[in-house]
Amino acid sequence: MTDILNELQLDALTEMVNIGVNRAASSLREMVGEQVLLSVPKVTLVGRNEAIAILAKSESSNLVGVHQVFEGDVTGRALLIFPDTKSLELVRAVTGGELPLEEIIELEHEALAEIGNIILNGCMATMANMLQRNLKMSLPEILRGEPNVFFNLAPPPEAGEVVMFLYINFALRNRDIRGYIAMLMDMPSITALQVLLDEFIERTA
Amino acid sequence: MSYRVLVVDDSKLARMAVAKALTAAHPDWKRVEAANADEALSFAKSDSFDLAILDYNMPGRDGLTLAAELIALKPALPLALISANHQVEVVTKAREVGATFLQKPLTEKALVDFLTDAARRLAAHAA
Repeated sequence: MTDILNELQLDALTEMVNIGVNRAASSLREMVGEQVLLSVPKVTLVGRNEAIAILAKSESSNLVGVHQVFEGDVTGRALLIFPDTKSLELVRAVTGGELPLEEIIELEHEALAEIGNIILNGCMATMANMLQRNLKMSLPEILRGEPNVFFNLAPPPEAGEVVMFLYINFALRNRDIRGYIAMLMDMPSITALQVLLDEFIERTA
Repeated sequence: MSYRVLVVDDSKLARMAVAKALTAAHPDWKRVEAANADEALSFAKSDSFDLAILDYNMPGRDGLTLAAELIALKPALPLALISANHQVEVVTKAREVGATFLQKPLTEKALVDFLTDAARRLAAHAA
């Protein structure tokens, strides 16, 4: 399904999300007071079932995710997903590791929402700016469960939905945490995105 | 004076964007493109460029590591590191290896400022 976009369109998208997560890394650095490394080595476009299969195959534990809806010329859902075994570790890394476990558990929800909001907004806002469009983002919502939970959110998804699947490497305080960013879009949004990407390529290259 | 500029970025589009801005500023300057650190190093060994513009985020060795390697080979090399990651650590390390830090997305003004300074340094070095 990656061939929905041509080489330059995929290149442009990869470049934008990398700029986006790097901006997010700079914001997180302000929050944690220490260097944060974020990178998106790979972007692929897959169908919904394939996205579920990739997560089910790669991650044996349940998952935790931050979900935000975006609306504008391109409409869809953005998700930041981690294995739930890494979730407390992530919160501990962000809060500095000094806090007792019960406090970390208490903070988990809030901290995840904040981290997700920074990373997802970093990506979406950068894409919106570079594509010269405005995107409205909903508030972050935390989801937990098996992979299919994340890709079957109400209202019922459309059959032709495409998932833009991004692998994300997250490193701070000597911890390496691997996660995923997924953006779900229906076909009209993918078509609109193609047009915007072509306009962007025309402007920059 | 016409110079040869090495552009290193794994993204073809990003190389095209730098190329466009470069051609607008200095149409007579030549461009050498590399998609990764190894290609860039082989160009350095054959002395195929006078200044370099590197992306920070690349698979394999990142732009900062490559910057240090290139400057070790060519100590007078004017070099710019482009990144959206403007964390203090990255900017400081870029300065420490002798690179100019340019923020992504790259503006024409930032690039022209770097090129002007690079040309001045190269002219001074040649004199």
